[in-house]
Amino acid sequence: MMFGKLSLEAIPFHEPIIIGTGAVVAILGVGILGLITYLHQWKYLWDEWITSVDHKKIGVMYFGLGLVMLLRGFADAIMMRAQQAMAAGGAAGYLPPQHYDQIFTAHGVIMIFFVATPFLLGLMNVVVPLQIGARDVAFPFVNSLGFWLSAVGGALVMISMWVGDFAATGWVAYPPLSELGYSPTVGVDYYLWSLQVSGLGTTLAGINFIVTILRMRAPGMDLMKMPVFTWTALITNILIVAIFPVLTATLALLSVDRYIDMHFFTNELGGNAMMYINLIWIWGHPEVYVLILPAFGAFSEIIATFSGKPLFGYKSMVYATSSIGVLSFSVWLHHFFTMGSGANVNAFFGIMTTIISIPTGVKLFNWLFTMFRGRIRFHSATLWTIGFMVTFAVGGMTGVLLAVPGADFVLHNSLFLVAHFHNVIIGGTVFGSLAGMSFWFPKVFGFTLNEFWGKVSFWCWLIGYWLAFTPLYILGFKCMTRRMNHYDVPGWHPYLVVALIGACIIGAGILALIIQLAVSIRDRKENRDLTGDPWDARSLEWSTASPAPFYNFAHIPRITSLEQHWEDKETGRVGMLASYYDDIHMPKNTSAGFVISAFGFVLCFALVWHMWVFATIGLFGMVATFILRTYNRDVDYYVPAAQVARIESERYALTRKAAYR
Amino acid sequence: MNISVTSISVARARHEHDSAHDDGSMTVLGFWIYLMSDCLIFSCLFATFGVLAESTAGGPSGRELFDLPYVAGETLLLLISSFTFGIAVLNMHAKRKHNVIAWLAITFLFGAGFIAMELREFAYLISEGAGPSRSAFLSAYFTLVGTHGLHVTVGLLWLAVMMHQTVYFGLDDVVRRRLACLSLFWHFLDLIWICVFTFVYLRGVL
Amino acid sequence: MSGTHASTHNSHKASHGSLKSYITGFGLSLVLTALSFGAVMSGLVPHDMILGALTILAIVQLLVQLMFFLHLGAAPEQRNNTVIFVLTMLLIATIVAGSLWVMHNANVNMMSTQLTPERAMSKD
Repeated sequence: MMFGKLSLEAIPFHEPIIIGTGAVVAILGVGILGLITYLHQWKYLWDEWITSVDHKKIGVMYFGLGLVMLLRGFADAIMMRAQQAMAAGGAAGYLPPQHYDQIFTAHGVIMIFFVATPFLLGLMNVVVPLQIGARDVAFPFVNSLGFWLSAVGGALVMISMWVGDFAATGWVAYPPLSELGYSPTVGVDYYLWSLQVSGLGTTLAGINFIVTILRMRAPGMDLMKMPVFTWTALITNILIVAIFPVLTATLALLSVDRYIDMHFFTNELGGNAMMYINLIWIWGHPEVYVLILPAFGAFSEIIATFSGKPLFGYKSMVYATSSIGVLSFSVWLHHFFTMGSGANVNAFFGIMTTIISIPTGVKLFNWLFTMFRGRIRFHSATLWTIGFMVTFAVGGMTGVLLAVPGADFVLHNSLFLVAHFHNVIIGGTVFGSLAGMSFWFPKVFGFTLNEFWGKVSFWCWLIGYWLAFTPLYILGFKCMTRRMNHYDVPGWHPYLVVALIGACIIGAGILALIIQLAVSIRDRKENRDLTGDPWDARSLEWSTASPAPFYNFAHIPRITSLEQHWEDKETGRVGMLASYYDDIHMPKNTSAGFVISAFGFVLCFALVWHMWVFATIGLFGMVATFILRTYNRDVDYYVPAAQVARIESERYALTRKAAYR
Repeated sequence: MNISVTSISVARARHEHDSAHDDGSMTVLGFWIYLMSDCLIFSCLFATFGVLAESTAGGPSGRELFDLPYVAGETLLLLISSFTFGIAVLNMHAKRKHNVIAWLAITFLFGAGFIAMELREFAYLISEGAGPSRSAFLSAYFTLVGTHGLHVTVGLLWLAVMMHQTVYFGLDDVVRRRLACLSLFWHFLDLIWICVFTFVYLRGVL
Repeated sequence: MSGTHASTHNSHKASHGSLKSYITGFGLSLVLTALSFGAVMSGLVPHDMILGALTILAIVQLLVQLMFFLHLGAAPEQRNNTVIFVLTMLLIATIVAGSLWVMHNANVNMMSTQLTPERAMSKD
């Protein structure tokens, strides 16, 4: 009764790959925990990171979560490529279908929810308050809570590998396959609860950023004086708040079907599985714009900086971004053209899908015109941007091809579709996240990343992507369906081998990324950014020190220009010491976000295994901790002006040192 | 240039006017946006109900099940509670702490009455074999109305906490800000109920 | 803090309400609710007009409560919340109407139990 369905049988002792991986992870995990203990760093971790409400630290933790989950998601990818490269002409490969199905499901879920989303939330967290001249986000405690809820979601997906199993339904989990009748194991339940808990975190982050951007801009920064990255962040977060409730509701309906025998999407007793598909794509389509818009924003900042010119067509960028946001709600049916809604419905959504490519085209021309007649510096961030422009343009075009319902009837659920969405997500979101990482890294950590390994990583990713997915486009035309465990068309085999090679090269790119981080940390003293502005950049975040002080700005700046920092440099107003300092009002760290999320983990794990007592404890713990927090009046403090003065003079001394370097 | 820390005038320890923290309006804005997202959850449940309303799978439909005078009673209780909360808020602006607690308590009683009636209705339907597993229509009905009821229950818990916090802290800025948020929440629940009694109950018997 | 509040209280009148506005809102809501229930239970409204009447009554009561209980309106301090609300309503209309349209078509095409071969092959 206490342990519901959970027993030792939940651990897949008979699956050598899983047990082997588990052993490695366990050893690594114990090693890391042991190292922290040995170095007496638990207090530091708790005080400075786990309980932090500083948006910069929370941003780093989000990005770190994404990097860790990237390793798992990529491992899934390479396993799939290997299986498909092996399982030709009657061979079974090494992954039985039931296992293979969980891998492609986990791959999709992890990459979208636990890699791409944390990457972008991480970038927005680090950059947006600094870009608008604010000291933190509107709700710092909620920011911490949102991150830890996302982390719990990731933890649930990870633990499903060794305790129980994961969904084997594909990453969108269509019923009736995802209903209890056809997915009787706990896999779909892990899927449901990990997405509900991380979805709550994402929604909270969305609300937080909207209020931050609308209400905490420095005086003088009208909406049309906001940097483009902040604009894309605003539209992204409006989309998040608009769509995640739909995901929440839809997953909840599937949950009550599974848990209390309801019939929303079952085959029996009146259920309608198509309603799930309809609702999930009302969420799913705007979601992909959530994933791409911040990347567009990052590329805009990067290309302007490294071309030495202001971004071309600021106004049209803003309008294009806003119209993408609006239009993203009018195209969702293109994900299921083939499901029988008829010609009129298909025609409407097909036309709207074609139209939505136009604003992105506008943006592409704006980036090109930004580069035109600029003095381009080929930093790795520039390379990522150019790689993106070429790659994403192709991916966008294959999307427009798929937008034609007649074409989609042939290509739906083929490898052509798979190639298309990887084209735009890798070329757009991944390239943008990695570009943003190398661009803004010094702002957070105070030293630049190693350029050589950054460039190696870029070329591996670019070549690896093209090698891995061009064959899939061709295979799509040759009618190969997605998610195939094995096949007997011999003509497909060479393409899948090439795709495997491409995936391995992407793997080299990920390895280069890890090496880049290690080498950069090793060389951090030589690469110390003394001025706060290592790229001669344009927007406000570059006027702060690197790393930015915890309060961001000693004085909230007054904004008169679209590129305030650049203008200050032109008019000689940077790098001056203020004549006085004030006490600064800052929020206190708190463990509440972490504790509530920890109870959330208990709740969700217990729900997966039908351990109702523990679930009640988890829920009660979450609610009680939250209510207790509301009784806490000691949630903020004042940084004494003298301390601010000391930090600022230290920074000033460093910039003087840089001037004489 | 001669720089020394001591030459910087640091005398003024006044805190900078950061308008972002001064009033509770950011919190109320954030809460309003959350409430809109909650509206979207309900709209999905309404859309699903709309799609599945005829899917009775040979089982009972609204015509057979819904007791309109009873629903009118529930509606009245909730509407009165919305009104009494408004009175509580007026007292809050007038800084009358004890009146606030009294009117919150009255609101609580009407809200609890609404939930009691709803639980009784659900129990009756389930005992008659018209529970949520009987058909897609009933699943949609129970989920939509039940989600609203869950929200009201959370509101009741929040009311209780706020009554205690008003006693404990008095009507300070933080308590007033939270009461403002709760008032948005409570009124919004009556808005949702308007849609429920119209499009679920009244429409359901047509 | 309360000092600032008091000095701007008058300009916040529109967003705070008064006893009169709450009583008006309550009274109107009672009447509209009674009309809705009455329309269905009394049998006085022609059957094909009931749904339209109910919808209008519901929308009016929503607006009444939005204005008198939730203090939405066009006054400067109410404008932000009102704009956000209107945008949300547009989104809800898209989701609800879009879903009903898509699902109706899907159901007609794919769940029809009376499909003759001629009907199945017709190009609409």
